[in-house]
Amino acid sequence: MKPGVIHIPLHRLAHGRAGDKGDTANISVIAYREEIFPLLLEQVTEEKVREVFRYRKPTRVRRYALPKLCAMNFVLENMLDGGVNDSLNLDSHGKTLAFLLLELEVAAPKELAALLDPIAAREAECLRR
Amino acid sequence: MRHETFAIGCAAGFGGDRTDSAAPIVETLVARGGAGALIFEMLAERTLALAQLDRRKNPDGGYAPLLESMARPVLRRCLEHGIPIVSNFGAANPRAAARRIWQIAQEQGVSQARIAIVEGDDLSDARGRELLRPHLSPAELDREMISANVYLGAAAIAYALRAGAQVVVTGRVADPSLAVGPAMARFGWSETDWDTLGRVTMAGRLLECGAQVTGGYFADPGFKDAPDLHAVGFPIAEVAVDGSFTITKADATGGAVNARTVKEQLLYELHDSAAYLTPDVVADISEAEVIEVEENRVAVTGVRGHPRPETLKATVCFAGGWLGEGEISYAGPNAEARARLAAEIVRRRVGDALRLRFDLIGSLSVFGDDRGAALSDLPVSDARDVRLRVAGVHADRAQVERLLGEVTALYTCGPAGGGGIRTTITPRLSSVSCFVPRELVPATFTFLE
Repeated sequence: MKPGVIHIPLHRLAHGRAGDKGDTANISVIAYREEIFPLLLEQVTEEKVREVFRYRKPTRVRRYALPKLCAMNFVLENMLDGGVNDSLNLDSHGKTLAFLLLELEVAAPKELAALLDPIAAREAECLRR
Repeated sequence: MRHETFAIGCAAGFGGDRTDSAAPIVETLVARGGAGALIFEMLAERTLALAQLDRRKNPDGGYAPLLESMARPVLRRCLEHGIPIVSNFGAANPRAAARRIWQIAQEQGVSQARIAIVEGDDLSDARGRELLRPHLSPAELDREMISANVYLGAAAIAYALRAGAQVVVTGRVADPSLAVGPAMARFGWSETDWDTLGRVTMAGRLLECGAQVTGGYFADPGFKDAPDLHAVGFPIAEVAVDGSFTITKADATGGAVNARTVKEQLLYELHDSAAYLTPDVVADISEAEVIEVEENRVAVTGVRGHPRPETLKATVCFAGGWLGEGEISYAGPNAEARARLAAEIVRRRVGDALRLRFDLIGSLSVFGDDRGAALSDLPVSDARDVRLRVAGVHADRAQVERLLGEVTALYTCGPAGGGGIRTTITPRLSSVSCFVPRELVPATFTFLE
């Protein structure tokens, strides 16, 4: 671990919601604070998101950035086992998957801890020790 | 009166939504004065196929099962206050739905309700099938078609309202069009005023999932909260003459409308943020901004519109065999190992007769994939309360029944301490989407005689 860097789950920095159209999922990632958005753009890339969902074998992963909303939208094709048509998943829509993406670990400069919510700030403190 | 806004409230975001959400919206519209409309969005992608199956059994059925529960509490008040109701609750039988609403109005002492029916979406008849033929594969043409509907736009709704309709009953229309139609009728926009239609389409998009923009589907305790979700208020868009709008909610209700709730819903089920396709317009939110104007009031600016597509989307639903699901719980020491052993026993009993999926609810379930890659990578955990779920599909119902028999037999033939077996079997539907030239599928409206 690099000095001066803290590792925190995306869930502490952003919120999001998953939706589906057929076998394609989309997941939004919305920064809680404007100051955090550049870090998300740098760290939450198409490659990282593809890695999170690799076991589901999406055929295409695209990121649409919406800087004025401090948000990004990920579109993942062919990763819902056929979606509501064919999937045997309890959650055939993939609605729960936003919270899998929010588990992604983000490396942030430790100065950022001051911007986080109280829980995250506390954890960042623990990591530094 | 050009500066006035037009208020559109949405009291349902899907066919199974709460049925007591409309009254607070209607009371808010009445209290705020000015013109308004009430919409209910009640048709998910495959709901229409279920409605078509209902209609086969009963020629007077086939509309949304909750239509009466939704409409009855507010119908008379809306009719009296000039608040038109627009909904796709007509599903597979808009004409029967319109008759039912007319009856309810009669029972409530309103004898002159003007009810319009929008048609043209249903392509399940011979002519519709001929039209779809070039767009379906030979395998699809061989399957049992249950429903086929094209997504109509807002224009027919607007024409019906301008002609004096107090209630407009539709089958399949694009969800945002339920809101675009009343606004078009109110402001008299042309069908090619793209930026205006783009803006109001986004208003419709934010409305069409009901409480999903007012704090429903949002709360993450300690991180982002919404108060009083047991009484969450449903949304109201206040639309101006240029299609710009703010999102609010019914007065004296729970939930919240803020930048976060609006952003989540703005991006919900969206692909390319520069090209959200509807029958009315291609909306573009790539430069959109979300501004908190005051508590529970958010403006969305910077939305643009581009010329509408030349084709309309159609969804065709087929019978899709049978889904069987069986569950059994294991708890206490070594629970997950016992659940895994139960899965292995079922797998060996059934062999490869069916496509199977296993979940260990309490360890790994909804995040897992059908192939089981995630589950096989997961070491056995010390989870203390694990529910094994087995799911399988087959075209032949008997095969699925056999699978569920194997789950039931785990009581006496499976690992120690299993309990709480439940099994269900449900018919499946599968759908394909295609695009048909819009001039071949005109929408029409008629008044109920």
